[in-house]
Amino acid sequence: MLKRGGTVEFVTRGDTLIVKVFGEIDHHSAAGVRKGIDEKLSRERPEKVYLELSAVEFMDSSGLGLMMGRFALVKQYGGSFAVLDPSEAVLKIMRLAGMERMITVLRTKSKI
Amino acid sequence: MKNRVEFTAAVENEMRLLLPSLSVNEGMARAAVAAFCAQLNPTALELADIKCAVSEAVTNCIVHAYRESIGEISIGVKLCEGRLIQIEIQDKGCGIADVKKAREPLFTTDAEGERSGMGFTVMENFCDEMRVQSRLGRGTTVILRKRLHK
Repeated sequence: MLKRGGTVEFVTRGDTLIVKVFGEIDHHSAAGVRKGIDEKLSRERPEKVYLELSAVEFMDSSGLGLMMGRFALVKQYGGSFAVLDPSEAVLKIMRLAGMERMITVLRTKSKI
Repeated sequence: MKNRVEFTAAVENEMRLLLPSLSVNEGMARAAVAAFCAQLNPTALELADIKCAVSEAVTNCIVHAYRESIGEISIGVKLCEGRLIQIEIQDKGCGIADVKKAREPLFTTDAEGERSGMGFTVMENFCDEMRVQSRLGRGTTVILRKRLHK
């Protein structure tokens, strides 16, 4: 069954931006997700950025590139970046790439 | 280029899929392979691994093999005795200059495109065996094998 490509929802709380991604992240969908996030980041430059990935059902290594790129972008303007509540699918590939050593991973029960 | 790797296990069912190298077909390719493999009742984890490995191989064809052009991606899946799955992903693109280097984790020729360089590492780790055969200007064949839990 074909699943919907990654879509993005933004929640701003003060100086914090929560970016919630839904669906599947692959090379095809990552382009749209990247564009949406980058537009938001360049406009608002939030101090803290959380990439919420609990609703991502599938992610391949394109998602790792997406994650690293946003991490670098936020760091570049002096903000902080963390991945929030990654799904099992996301966590598995993050661990394989050793990304938990580079990017903060937070888990919270509070959902958007 | 040698197109097929010798494979001795008896084939019980097989399928072949031809797709143009459009990124929109990445999801289609992994979903089709997963649907075909589902007849062996794999676990959700096994199916997720297969989908991810196929997605990586197909993305490589689109991003690296054909780059700005559109070419044909051939995907063959064999379900063999002993719950063994063999997936062959083939392109007729530019080929890989140094396969050994390309298989190294984090190696990429497309850093600007935010490629992580983890494609082959994912395939290798999410399957039991990966073979890569490539010739410059002729194309690349990736063969993935995964034995399902009994």
